Amino acid sequence: MILGKVVGTIVTTISHPHYKNRRLLVVQPLIMDGEMPAPEDDFIALDNTQAGIGDTVLVNREGNGARQALGIPDGCVISVIVGVVDSVYLAE
Amino acid sequence: MLFGRVKGTAICTIKYPGTEGLKLLVVQPLNKRLEPLGTLQVAADVVHAGPGDLCVMVRSREAALAMPVEKFVPIDLALVGIVDELEVKPDGEFSYALKTGRNQFT
Amino acid sequence: MLIAKVIGTTVSTIKDEKLHGRKLLILRQTDETGAPSGKPYVAVDTVDAGIGDLVLTAAGSSARQTNITKDTPVDAVIMSIIDSLEVDGKVVFRKS
Repeated sequence: MILGKVVGTIVTTISHPHYKNRRLLVVQPLIMDGEMPAPEDDFIALDNTQAGIGDTVLVNREGNGARQALGIPDGCVISVIVGVVDSVYLAE
Repeated sequence: MLFGRVKGTAICTIKYPGTEGLKLLVVQPLNKRLEPLGTLQVAADVVHAGPGDLCVMVRSREAALAMPVEKFVPIDLALVGIVDELEVKPDGEFSYALKTGRNQFT
Repeated sequence: MLIAKVIGTTVSTIKDEKLHGRKLLILRQTDETGAPSGKPYVAVDTVDAGIGDLVLTAAGSSARQTNITKDTPVDAVIMSIIDSLEVDGKVVFRKS
């Protein structure tokens, strides 16, 4: 799982049945202080936690875990937001 | 999952059995600012997208799981949604950096 | 799927037993016009492609989703032969 910031929302009227009634959000992965984000870092994730723009989120980026989180055994989903993060403590 | 813009179609008569009925579209993968990422690729379409449409794509084996009937097929990129509206905040709006110590987000 | 051109064949005597009898072709990724770019790679053929053909290849675990490559140590498979490609309303490639 990774930590990311929700930076965008996507509205689709025509989408795969596995994506129905769930929001698609644009997520930018968090990086260590002093690093620069790469242009290809951002990705789209399906929301399972009512997250919104500006929230820091926990994202599962692996298909098997994503399918378990959504409860769809053959779901065509890779990235699922599984939590909204309140705070993080980094020792060093 | 990532963005893609439909650029055209790929026509193939000889295909792996089970993929014959699938529409194959030429797509340009894009990032959140809709800047191109790499070369054009080919994706299987399950949402009836057309040229110029901005789409949501899924990669890897999950692309094969998007297929309507036969899911045991060699497909690694599929179009799963057509974007009607997209709102993305500019990079300066949020900090993406994790600092040493406590990072409070809410 | 990536667009690639078949540029050669591979002969291998000592290999994983699950690869026995599989046709291994050397490919190079191309742009939509068929102009090569990138490094060569090897893929298992499922559609009887030949040298010079422009093909589509699936990579990763999707490559093992055929009856020929199921449960085999394979990470790229040729899944179709391209007849023509149309981009921005123009036919940019047609099989000769």
